[in-house]
Amino acid sequence: MERVAIIGASMTQFGKREGWIQDLLAEAGIECLEDAGVDASAVEHLYVSNMASGEFEGQTGVPNALAHDLDAVPAYTQRVDQTSSSGGAGIYAAWQSIASGTSDMTLLVGGEKMTHRTTGEATDVIASLTHPAEYKTGVTLPSFAGLTARHYLDRFDAPRESLGKVAVKNHKNGLDNPKAQFRKEVDLETVLESPIVADPLRLYDFCPITDGSAALLFCPEEVAKEYTDEYAVIAGVDGATDTHVVHEREDPTVMGGVVESGKGAYEMSGYGPEDIDVAELHDMFTILEFLQMEGLGFAEQGEAWKLVEEGYTERDTGELPVNTSGGLKSKGHPLGASGVAQGVEIYEQLVGEAGPRQVDADVGLTCNVGGFGNCVITTIMEAAQ
Amino acid sequence: MTMEAYKYEDGSISYPGHPRGPGGTEPVDTVDLSEYTAEVITWTTSMATPPGVREPNSLAIVEFDVEGETVRAIGQLTTDEVDIGDAVEPVYVEELREPGAGIREPESQDWDGYRFEPV
Repeated sequence: MERVAIIGASMTQFGKREGWIQDLLAEAGIECLEDAGVDASAVEHLYVSNMASGEFEGQTGVPNALAHDLDAVPAYTQRVDQTSSSGGAGIYAAWQSIASGTSDMTLLVGGEKMTHRTTGEATDVIASLTHPAEYKTGVTLPSFAGLTARHYLDRFDAPRESLGKVAVKNHKNGLDNPKAQFRKEVDLETVLESPIVADPLRLYDFCPITDGSAALLFCPEEVAKEYTDEYAVIAGVDGATDTHVVHEREDPTVMGGVVESGKGAYEMSGYGPEDIDVAELHDMFTILEFLQMEGLGFAEQGEAWKLVEEGYTERDTGELPVNTSGGLKSKGHPLGASGVAQGVEIYEQLVGEAGPRQVDADVGLTCNVGGFGNCVITTIMEAAQ
Repeated sequence: MTMEAYKYEDGSISYPGHPRGPGGTEPVDTVDLSEYTAEVITWTTSMATPPGVREPNSLAIVEFDVEGETVRAIGQLTTDEVDIGDAVEPVYVEELREPGAGIREPESQDWDGYRFEPV
């Protein structure tokens, strides 16, 4: 099996963008190829991570549109949809294409255009992933977060402030990310006094609605060496599902997809939680950062909040910097782009291109969560030896 | 109208029902959860709701005990004056949200159901 390298990465400005999905995808795709110094004609497979361009914009068939716009025709192309984890699933698909020997150069571009919709409409498009028995109650993904957060705080006697500290940390990290939607520091008081969205969670516990795209370029390690000495390698990647109906899970504070995909990625890579130097976790809601830290073995169940309180996940002083990019919380969450953008951050950390966000890292992890833990992809990358 | 859950070969119950249960077995029976009371596991009040949904929208995950077998369900609450551990009972509502106001095709599912009311 080929060892799979990443030799290029890009991320557009996240936020409210004038361009539509086709423009955003092309912007990241072109920049990624330029970053790697690879001509579009070399691209054999082109994957597009996107949840809902048809529902948001009435534009379908985006993979083929992108192949044309990049002048990558006749590259094989397909859309990868796994809701919010489409980006991570795209990394898995791109890895498979190279590892299997099917493609020698695979471009992955993830993107979403959302901000032209009202918050209610965008929330409804995302909530359409729910089971009919859930959907008719009007439950939204933020509501699931509120339900889970109340249970977690009550059961583990965790202070409400600990969730707020996740938001404070990630906003602080986002200050140094010029592509982030919100480059704005917030203090704990601001978080705790912001308007209630789904109690006990408030506005600053949630990521925003975002336009944007991100891209990664994959090839066999032997091919990577022809282009650069500075590349990252996919050491492990795995994906898993949990129940479609969220309340059917045995333990509301355990995301089975996180646990299972993490196990698979650790096993494939030979690394364990103790070997991870930096992690990008899917902080669509602050409570998710706790659940992933616990599901991935960085903390015991019910104790991630203590690590956050102790500063364990701080960028410059913590043992395990989490969400150095600012996370979805500050950077924004253009659904299909988010998992790819997590990969972009870890790639930049491993090749030493993270600028003021740079930490000392040889091994990094991304965890990309779809639905409310319904589908999860965990990826472990290592710096080129 | 019933609040229909499925019972499987191993005695477990799920709401909603699925064509295959634990071990890939077919459901063997149904249970009407509306005849039982439940306990609130957790709850929230959502202040930002999608088109066609009441605002605010209080929701709970509750747990029924059906002759010693537990089964959970999500549903709207009739009030936000609840707490974890409270007992609730299902109360029938003709329309939980407005069909067609959101993205879901109105004909693709039913829209009536049950809210949970403190006992």
